[in-house]
Amino acid sequence: MLLSLEGATVRFGGRAVLDAVDLQVAEHETVCVLGPSGSGKSTLLRAVAGLQPLDAGRISLAGRDQAGVPAHRRGVGLMFQDHQLFPQRDVGANVAFGLRMHGASRSEQADRVRELLELVGLPGARGRAVAALSGGEQQRVALARALAPSPRLLMLDEPLGQLDRSLRERLVVELRELFGRLGTTVLAVTHDQGEAFALADRVVVMRDGRIAQSGTPLEVWQRPADAFVARFLGFENVAEATITADVAVTPWGKIPVPADAPQGTRTLLVRPAGVRLVPGGAGPRCTVTARTFRGTHVAVRLQPGDGDGPRLEAACALRAAPEVGDEVGVEFDAAEIVVLG
Amino acid sequence: MSRAAARRREAAARLGLMAVPVAFFAAFFAYPVTAIVARGLKADGVWQFGRIGEVLAQSDIRQVLWFTTWQALVSTALTLLIALPGAYVFARFDFPGKQLLRAVVTVPFVLPTVVVGTAFMALVGRGGLLDELWGLRLDTTVWAILLAHVFFNYAVVVRTVGGLWGQLDPRQEEAARMLGASRFTAWRTVTLPALAPAVAAAALMVFLFTFTSFGVVQILGGPTFATLEVEIYRQTSEIFDLSTAAVLTMIQFVAVGAILALHAWTVRRRETALRLVDASGTARRPHGAGQWALLAGVFATVAVLLLLPLAVLVERSFGDAGLGHYRALTRDDGGVFLVAPIEAVGNSLRYAALATVIAMVIGTLASVALTRRDAGRLVRGFDALLMLPLGVSAVTVGFGFLIALDEPPLDLRSSWILVPLAQALVGVPFVVRTMLPVLRAVDVRLREAAAVLGASPWRVWREVDLPMVRRAVLVAAGFAFAVSLGEFGATVFIARPDNPTLPVAVARLLGRPGELNYGQAMALSTILMIVCAVALLLLERLRTDRSGEF
Repeated sequence: MLLSLEGATVRFGGRAVLDAVDLQVAEHETVCVLGPSGSGKSTLLRAVAGLQPLDAGRISLAGRDQAGVPAHRRGVGLMFQDHQLFPQRDVGANVAFGLRMHGASRSEQADRVRELLELVGLPGARGRAVAALSGGEQQRVALARALAPSPRLLMLDEPLGQLDRSLRERLVVELRELFGRLGTTVLAVTHDQGEAFALADRVVVMRDGRIAQSGTPLEVWQRPADAFVARFLGFENVAEATITADVAVTPWGKIPVPADAPQGTRTLLVRPAGVRLVPGGAGPRCTVTARTFRGTHVAVRLQPGDGDGPRLEAACALRAAPEVGDEVGVEFDAAEIVVLG
Repeated sequence: MSRAAARRREAAARLGLMAVPVAFFAAFFAYPVTAIVARGLKADGVWQFGRIGEVLAQSDIRQVLWFTTWQALVSTALTLLIALPGAYVFARFDFPGKQLLRAVVTVPFVLPTVVVGTAFMALVGRGGLLDELWGLRLDTTVWAILLAHVFFNYAVVVRTVGGLWGQLDPRQEEAARMLGASRFTAWRTVTLPALAPAVAAAALMVFLFTFTSFGVVQILGGPTFATLEVEIYRQTSEIFDLSTAAVLTMIQFVAVGAILALHAWTVRRRETALRLVDASGTARRPHGAGQWALLAGVFATVAVLLLLPLAVLVERSFGDAGLGHYRALTRDDGGVFLVAPIEAVGNSLRYAALATVIAMVIGTLASVALTRRDAGRLVRGFDALLMLPLGVSAVTVGFGFLIALDEPPLDLRSSWILVPLAQALVGVPFVVRTMLPVLRAVDVRLREAAAVLGASPWRVWREVDLPMVRRAVLVAAGFAFAVSLGEFGATVFIARPDNPTLPVAVARLLGRPGELNYGQAMALSTILMIVCAVALLLLERLRTDRSGEF
């Protein structure tokens, strides 16, 4: 393992921001830590970088314990959330900074700066002032700067956080290609699931300083570990249910579940695609309270029955979407229902 | 790295940085001051605290205390009244020559108190301009002192308050107006509360400077008016009553400590929770008769209050004698000095240069120690300690040097190094106050970015902090130089008779009768003023746009 954390703990004034975190990152792997703000993601990166001392536990890089190794001798790269380019240096000097700190000669620096600026798609930008760069350009320069000293581990803190959506979607693909080509080991943190799924080989979901789930993007998406992860991924139809054989009793009524589902009191996730609207048909009666256009489909919010139970979200085709105030019946698709935990 | 180890290492680094400043302050501030207080208050090894009550019971001492306090209060109120419109004009109006005018109003602040005293003497004293024109003399009244104090501190208010005012986002007031507040209500409810801590901080600074005023009162106060500092000087050097001087020093020490604590508190409040914008974007051309009248009023105030005394000083230095007074400065008359007075210029420049170097080394180390992370109570105490020389009786420090630094290992009594040491002591607070806000404004994450890229702590400082504070360093050096050049209270004791500094030479010349001595004092003051003004105008070109604390 290139990076391994064992029981890493950081407390701020009695509150554990990192709570006994165990995490492994293999060489050439891209791991993305996903979590809401305040879940301890940035603290995790800072601890690995040596900017935040641990209260307990240990961090090893390539098998060597990093206790007592100061930030500048760890040989890891960190791209800060808002880039933190040095304002009084130009682009070239920013990229060359780490090389200079490691004692590279002038000609080595010049070659590497040219190479990296080309790599991030900014050839010929070396003489520009960083204040004159756009957000996307700053992000590229920050990336080039972090990559320049060839760190054994590259860490990214909300790498695309401040960019607008279309740029973000383009850059995330570029980054993935780049890391694959260079064979870089990457540990990134983000609060954006789309970014995490697009970037990572493996996603680690954090909650209140603990790891809630770890797996490939597909695993996490298909089988969220618990109600928190499911809600964080944007699923709203999460409820307590009592499962007997292949039927679950929920606040929305009786719902079919896969035959091999665990029995007893469980938390149930109903994907919006598993809620089918049947106009005027059988099943529990619901009132449409809102509809949101989502591009490929319409998200319909439903209030079941007489109006005091939890609401239900359904995804339906553009043409078939009912109007607000319509009364509809619903059916559930067992294939889209997941028993959590 | 475990948390405890990291904290230990951080503490060790900070202690290392603080060691030199602390040693400097212990040897050249705490030790001499304690020594002289002990000399005055200890008899046969026993503290005679009863003396405090006895001294306070004397009616003339109570009079001095009362005068010191009320003149400082009135000076502060007058300064605010006269300078706040100036602060507004500099913050919100854009007009041709603004940069130059801003530099001009700052000149008085760096002028030696002796020069200020002399200039007002030339304006309102016997045979002064007003005396000649209308037979009006103020040098026997308290007005001369008050006006000189306003002259001296105008820049403190314009800089501290105006600096912040210019950075307040005008859209905040606009937001209040959109919610239905009148122009005045918007100002009162939005701008004034944001400004209040800065006004309080400036007022406390002015109060501190006027409470401890020495040179100005010494020259303009005559026998009638004495501040604590002047009384300490009188008790020490004329009456030789060291125990009274010691009691007065302690009283001043306590008062200054209280003022500084209050000041530190207001400054901390000012640092919090304000959204600041670039000052260059908030100023506009004045429009309408009212705004132009305000601008004209500020111009007139600056002309009459700040420029006129200096102009009169220059005029008097020539008088009827043409360049005669200046020529006389180059002659060794064997009377007042053992050398030609002009040599004081060389001495002053040499001493001030060395004092600047010392103050920069001490002040920079202290500032860096103060910007490190997790500043605890110890560090805040250190911060306050650094400000103390601003207010503790300079006379006491000077005399303390003489009686305390006279035996090995610190036998410096006959050494010229005493003068730059004493001057550096006064320069350090200015260095710290100029550099600290800039250092604190450096984003911690920039330092972290450099560290992650492989820069050791020392290289982080050199590569990240230094480029950002370079201008502040120059400004700090300039302040330290000007303050050292003008230092009078301590220097007057320790400058050797054959090596006087400019302010000491001026005071000596003024203390002697005769037209020629008076003219020479004016001429020397003019030279001193020009040196200070040139130093300041050079700095003003470098001045960062951040609002420092001075």
